[in-house]
Amino acid sequence: MNTDGHILSAFDRDLETIQALIMKMGGLVEVATLDAARALETRDEDLARLVRDSDGAIDALEAQVNDEVARIIALRAPTAGDLRTVLTVLKIAGSLERMGDYAKNIAKRSGVLAQFTPIEGAAGTIRRMAKQVEQMLKDALDAYIRRDAVLATDVRARDREVDQIYNSLFRVLLTHMLEDPRNITACMHLHFIAKNIERMGDHATTISEQVIYLVTGSMPEEARPKDDRTPYVASPKS
Amino acid sequence: MNDMRLTERAVNAERTKIAARGVQVHYGQTHALKDVDVDILDHTVTAFIGPSGCGKSTFLRCLNRMNDTISVCRVTGDIRLDGEDIYDRRIDPVQLRAKVGMVFQKPNPFPKSIYDNVAYGPRIHGLARNKAELDEIVETSLRRAALWNEVKDRLAAPGTGLSGGQQQRLCIARAVATSPEVLLMDEPCSALDPIATAQVEELIDELRANFSVVIVTHSMQQAARVSQRTAFFHLGHLVEYGDTTQIFTKPSDPRTESYITGRIG
Repeated sequence: MNTDGHILSAFDRDLETIQALIMKMGGLVEVATLDAARALETRDEDLARLVRDSDGAIDALEAQVNDEVARIIALRAPTAGDLRTVLTVLKIAGSLERMGDYAKNIAKRSGVLAQFTPIEGAAGTIRRMAKQVEQMLKDALDAYIRRDAVLATDVRARDREVDQIYNSLFRVLLTHMLEDPRNITACMHLHFIAKNIERMGDHATTISEQVIYLVTGSMPEEARPKDDRTPYVASPKS
Repeated sequence: MNDMRLTERAVNAERTKIAARGVQVHYGQTHALKDVDVDILDHTVTAFIGPSGCGKSTFLRCLNRMNDTISVCRVTGDIRLDGEDIYDRRIDPVQLRAKVGMVFQKPNPFPKSIYDNVAYGPRIHGLARNKAELDEIVETSLRRAALWNEVKDRLAAPGTGLSGGQQQRLCIARAVATSPEVLLMDEPCSALDPIATAQVEELIDELRANFSVVIVTHSMQQAARVSQRTAFFHLGHLVEYGDTTQIFTKPSDPRTESYITGRIG
């Protein structure tokens, strides 16, 4: 990819603007992810409300990215690396918006969970999972700015660890529900939260794949390592 | 990748029409074109792009020996049309130019009637046996150039009295009247307004059914719109030649990327 300036410098400013917007979105999503998990673990309802309220800003940024991208395509007719920059910005903004929605959903559920006896270890595991996903997102966005396909490939491989944490938590929650039906409501909510974070990991992976496309011009060909075995689980021991 | 292109005209574009190998052009001391190898496919629009002075027009003019008319110009290398060396001593350049037609940047109709502009080539090449046949060639050529409906009632009017876009389509009609196999176009739309440009571009795509078209253009968007293959020239070198889609989405040479994205190359 060529990083020299355009003859038409306004084009450079346009491309910088949309990339700055997704970095800003990314920062908000990272904070929302960590805060949602912390609010769950510490039963901090004020923090949970803050996370719910912050999603509006992420959505507004996505709308702004969409408008800017449409304008750039219409006015500048980007090609080659410029075209890939514009396309990846659009897709990454979409992924970040979804991640923001998941964080908001986690914050909503934490309000309900605060009314139940904590399920031992679950909130801590979820926080570890959220930390892992936040680090993936941070690295994916760093890889984007640095045009670093090696780091992006590494992020893509790390989603497997998120899947593994999700698998074990799935079994733990299943055990708690079988032992005592009064745990079912809390465990259901906790499971949705874990699933949300697992999906956030998938979006971070999508972003890292966009980085690979941006740098190399093609999507990674080899299948990505996945370890979500929950679709086949019939009992906690299976 | 190709099977994703839903709007492509279905023609057989497998065959090589013009094969150029090791083409060098000197204008006196100036080395204008350096060792160019290209296969131009039949039934394909091939675009030559590159900054001014890169050699793209020079190379285009080699393909029908227009450079012969410049005394200081020296062309070496091998250019074959359907396997036949066009610089062979036995080849008559006038016959060659009937097979390899050309349309120039500025519309240049003869100071004659619309009819005579189109009939000129078929007459000198003896392509019509009588007036009826000539009439038919003129009508068919004007239809192919999408001009017939606009001029059919004033064929005796001077060609120079038409609008710029109409004049350029008249020149295209004149070029196709000799039933060429290859049509060379040197910035055919640079003097036209957007509507006339769109009409000529539509025409180029239609002409592809019958000819191989090679177009030199300064408009990257035009190259992207009309061509299936694109060649990028820079400082007399052919830097990159490939599918237009590939050149505009994933060029392999950084110089191509610099040029098409509007950076200083």
